[in-house]
Amino acid sequence: MNDVKKGWSRDEMAQRAALDIPDGSYVNLGIGMPELIAKFVPEGREVIYHTENGLLGMGPAPEPGQENPELINAGKKQVTAIPGAAYFHHADSFTMIRGHHIDICVLGTMQVAENGDLANWSTGAPGAIPAVGGAMDLVAGVETIYVLTQHCTRDGQPKLLETCTFPLTGRGVANRIYTDLAVIDVTSEGFEVIELAPGISFDYVQERTGARLSQDKLKASA
Amino acid sequence: MIDKKYASLASAVADIHDGATVMVGGFGEAGSPIELIHALIDHGAKDLTVVNNNTGSGHVGLAALIENRQVGKMICSFPRTANSTVFPDLYRANEIELELVPQGTLAERIRAGGAGIPAFYTATKVGTPLAEGFETRVFDGREYVMEYGLTADFALIKCRKADHYGNLVYNKTARNFSPIMATAAKVTIAQAGEFVEAGALDPEVVVTPGIYVNRLVEVTNPQHESELVAAQRSYP
Repeated sequence: MNDVKKGWSRDEMAQRAALDIPDGSYVNLGIGMPELIAKFVPEGREVIYHTENGLLGMGPAPEPGQENPELINAGKKQVTAIPGAAYFHHADSFTMIRGHHIDICVLGTMQVAENGDLANWSTGAPGAIPAVGGAMDLVAGVETIYVLTQHCTRDGQPKLLETCTFPLTGRGVANRIYTDLAVIDVTSEGFEVIELAPGISFDYVQERTGARLSQDKLKASA
Repeated sequence: MIDKKYASLASAVADIHDGATVMVGGFGEAGSPIELIHALIDHGAKDLTVVNNNTGSGHVGLAALIENRQVGKMICSFPRTANSTVFPDLYRANEIELELVPQGTLAERIRAGGAGIPAFYTATKVGTPLAEGFETRVFDGREYVMEYGLTADFALIKCRKADHYGNLVYNKTARNFSPIMATAAKVTIAQAGEFVEAGALDPEVVVTPGIYVNRLVEVTNPQHESELVAAQRSYP
C-alpha cells in the first residue's frame, strides 16, 4: 500500500453495519468480513445468528481446547453454540432462509449494480471451478440484504456499477451497501449516499464508483 | 424381528452397484461418513453419481472416492474447499461431470424426493446463469424456477447414536443433509458412533425415525477429515 489508507477500517465498517441491526433480529452473516459484525452489536441488543449448515444461536470461535470438528459454520470454521441454540437439518435451515424467516443477511460481493443486482459467486472466468453455496438462496429469500465490501477491488476498479459484468447471484436484491468510504442505499432511483466516512468527500466516492450517486439525503441532513 | 445392524462396513455396502446414485451426508467434514466411504472404495463400485454439498478435501473420504475414479458425476453446491484439489483437477481435465445446485435448492430437492414430490418452484437462482434452460412460472407477480425432486439408490450417513430399529440422533452441525438424504434413498446405510438399546433414545428427540434407515454399522471413534488431512493421510 503506497497510499495512506483513507476511510473506514474493516472493523469500523463492520461496526457501522452493526448499528443497523435491530434488537431481536435473526441474522445470517456471510463468510469473511461480515462475520466481524458479531463483535460490534451495540450493548443492550440481542441478535440471534443463523448459519445455514444447521445452527440457530451461533456463538464466537471456541476457546483453545474446546474445538469440535462437528460444530462449524458455513465457512467450515469451528464455532460455538450459545445457551438456547438449536440444531436442525439442511432443509429446515433453508426453510428459514427461503421462507423469509431470517430478517437480515449481510454478504460480501464482487459487484453490485444500481438496481440492486448482486454478483458475488463467480467471475465467470474460464477454468474457474463454479461454486455457489447458499448465496443464491440467501439473496432470494431474505428480505433485507446488506452488502459489506471494500468500495473498489484491490486493483482499484469500482465494485458499484451501473450493470454487473460478472454472473449474477440475484436480481434487484441489495438494499444497503457499507463500504470503506460510505454507506449507500439502493433505491428505485439508483445509489443514494446516506453517510460518508470521516474525511471522505462525496466527490471522492463518486470518482471511485461506476454509476451515478445521489447526494440528496446527505444535503438534506447537512 | 427387526434388527438393522450389520456386522461390518464391507457387508453394509456390498450391493452398491456400478452406476448407482449415492447420497453422502456431511457438510465439509462435519457429518462425513468417512468409514463408509472408505468401505465403498474397498468395494470398488464405479460410474457413481454422488450427491454431497462439497467434494471432500485432501486424499481421504469423499475426495479419495473421487480420486479412485469411482465417481462419474457430482451433484453439489460448493465443489471447492480449502485443501481440495482432487475434484478441481479432474473437472479442469474434463474427466468428471458437475451439476451445480444452490445449497438450499439441493436440500429442498432431496427433501422433495424423499416426500414423493417430483418437482417444485423456487425463487432461488432466478435471473442467474444457473437458471438458463429451466422452466419458469410466475406466481403473485414473482418469477420462480422449476426444480426436480432428487432421489438416490443409496445414502451413506453418519450419526451419533442408533437403536436397532434405526432411530437416529446426530451430533451438533454434523446433522446437516443426513436426515433428508435418509428419506430420499432406497437404501440408507448409517454408521453410528454408538448402538443403544431400543427405548434409550427419547422418542421426543429422535431426529431420523427408523423407517428411513435400512442398515446400521457401529463405528466407535470415527475419524475426522481435518485430522487425517493435517496428518497427510491418504486412502487407500
